[in-house]
Amino acid sequence: MLLFFLLPIATLAITSLESGDFISGFDFTWNFGNYSRGFNLYSEQYLHAVEYGGSATIVALLVAYPAAYWIAFHAGPRKSSYLLAVLLPFFVSFVIRTLAWETILSDNGVLFGPLKSLNLLPNDFRVLATPVAVTGGLAYTFFPFMLLPVYASLEKIDRGLVEAAQDLFASKFEVFRRVIFPLSVPGVFAGVLLTGIPAVADYVNQDLLGGVGTTMVGRVIETQFEVNINYPLAAALAFVFMLGLLATLIIYQRIFGTEQIMGG
Amino acid sequence: MSEPAPEQARTADGDSVVFLDQVVKRFGSVVAVDRLTLEIRRGEFFSMLGPSGCGKTTTLRLIGGFEMPSEGMVRLDGQDVTDLPAYKRNVNTVFQSYGLFPHLSVYDNVAFGLRRKRVPAKEVERRVVEALELVSLAGYGKRRRSQLSGGQQQRVALARALVNRPQVLLLDEPLGALDLKLRKQMQLELKRIQKEVGITFVFVTHDQEEAMTISDRIAVMNNGKIEQLGRPEDVYERPATVFVAEFLGASNLLEGTYRGTDSGWGQVELANGVRIRIPIERDRKDGESLRVGVRPEKIQVFPVGTEPPATQNVVPATLRSAVFAGVSFQYFFQTAEGREMTAFDRNSTGGAVAKPGDAVRLAWAPQHTFVIPVGEAESSAQPKPHD
Repeated sequence: MLLFFLLPIATLAITSLESGDFISGFDFTWNFGNYSRGFNLYSEQYLHAVEYGGSATIVALLVAYPAAYWIAFHAGPRKSSYLLAVLLPFFVSFVIRTLAWETILSDNGVLFGPLKSLNLLPNDFRVLATPVAVTGGLAYTFFPFMLLPVYASLEKIDRGLVEAAQDLFASKFEVFRRVIFPLSVPGVFAGVLLTGIPAVADYVNQDLLGGVGTTMVGRVIETQFEVNINYPLAAALAFVFMLGLLATLIIYQRIFGTEQIMGG
Repeated sequence: MSEPAPEQARTADGDSVVFLDQVVKRFGSVVAVDRLTLEIRRGEFFSMLGPSGCGKTTTLRLIGGFEMPSEGMVRLDGQDVTDLPAYKRNVNTVFQSYGLFPHLSVYDNVAFGLRRKRVPAKEVERRVVEALELVSLAGYGKRRRSQLSGGQQQRVALARALVNRPQVLLLDEPLGALDLKLRKQMQLELKRIQKEVGITFVFVTHDQEEAMTISDRIAVMNNGKIEQLGRPEDVYERPATVFVAEFLGASNLLEGTYRGTDSGWGQVELANGVRIRIPIERDRKDGESLRVGVRPEKIQVFPVGTEPPATQNVVPATLRSAVFAGVSFQYFFQTAEGREMTAFDRNSTGGAVAKPGDAVRLAWAPQHTFVIPVGEAESSAQPKPHD
């Protein structure tokens, strides 16, 4: 805990308050200017992160939940085959998969090229470099992190409870609404965390599928760190980002806390 | 496929609350329920008893609507419900695993059915409180499943079903998971509750003692068919088939030939020439092969030097072993023709009546003899709906 958690965080906090540059070295000077500068310069990128990461999480949930539900309740003895089929693409490196999407979605690529030459789409139609591409890419990249916990929670629901609900006059929809969904909330909770956290912090999708206008804060941090070699500013940005996530998590936990559901 | 059944007229009589008409249920090539016709009367405590795989649970699920029959018809209160799904039937079930919703409190569990029926909140509250009182769980409403013992969960499941005032309450081995003491206690409790609410209970069990303790009538099932249906005393004292005789407690079966009547009793000659008197219940043919049986607790053991009364049936035998069980001795004998027989003797003398190897005579009153025809009746084709 001390070695792998507190120590790196302390280092990050200290770095974020240093000043200087790469040539002459960095000194610890309580330089809070890193924070105000970071915030003033990049508030838009913070917003992008929340916006794209958040919508990607919602999209992933809306696709993964029905898929997980179908596999858990209606796939019969072939459950694991379907699960494998869904997860198989994710055995390939996500950079390659994202590059594949870039190829598919490119302005005159395999998908839009023919449609444009047939005049089914206006010539200036594009998906790449738009928020839609970034959001879709994020949702796709982190899809398994949503599907698996949701599936696990649905799969372990006692089928006897479904019959009990039917016995007590609940129609199919009401069985879902009153029994299956409430019991799957822990899985949804876990899925949203596992998808949402990496999605807001991701910088590869917006790099490959996005454009100048869709930069997210993860990308900014990476640039400051690797390209501009401004460690203090990068650290300050990262620290704010981390605190923001933490605050969101606490609120999220308060609202959708799972203790109530887990008891049983 | 369903030709008009001759029994159909009977459903007009308002006394039948469940009526299964020539019901068949197949799972793939397995026939779980085989041309079963069954009538359950309003307000009775009805049990289906049999070994696992005999079709009793499937029959219960057919009544509940959790399985649809492959053939035949299911009626509830005279109404054809064959194609109605479970949630549209006015029937509730106490499941073997209880099926309490873990995310809901006891109160919300019990209120579940009423709320689906859109019963006004005031009435829901009144009825839930009443139902919890009925099962002696008043004040447990706020608890969750994880805070209840097995017996309490069982009571909640019962309250949750009864609160809906179903036409029929189905109970699928509800006591199976309880320990023996609690089980006995719940048997009496179930009986009391059934009397109090007056709802028809259909109870599935593989425990013959439980079925006899609790039921008004019992259907003994085997291979998807009813072997015998009747009051517990009748089924126990007058088993109609070998299966029933052996499933309901130990029994002694001897083979013999019918030799007409004499002085008010039917006469059966055993292989070794011993004559047994049997009650005259119906006409039998001279020379007909029969099995005669007697329950072990009806047999009295007479060691050498004591004389059984002349009015009794007497079979000579050799004592093989005696097992002491506290309240009773269980004796194992072998007859001259090599048949095993067993007897229970109330431990009133404080010791075994004979030693292994001793020759004894086994005697019982002729009216305690039951008769099972040899041949096709080993698995009786059709039960008599009216016993």
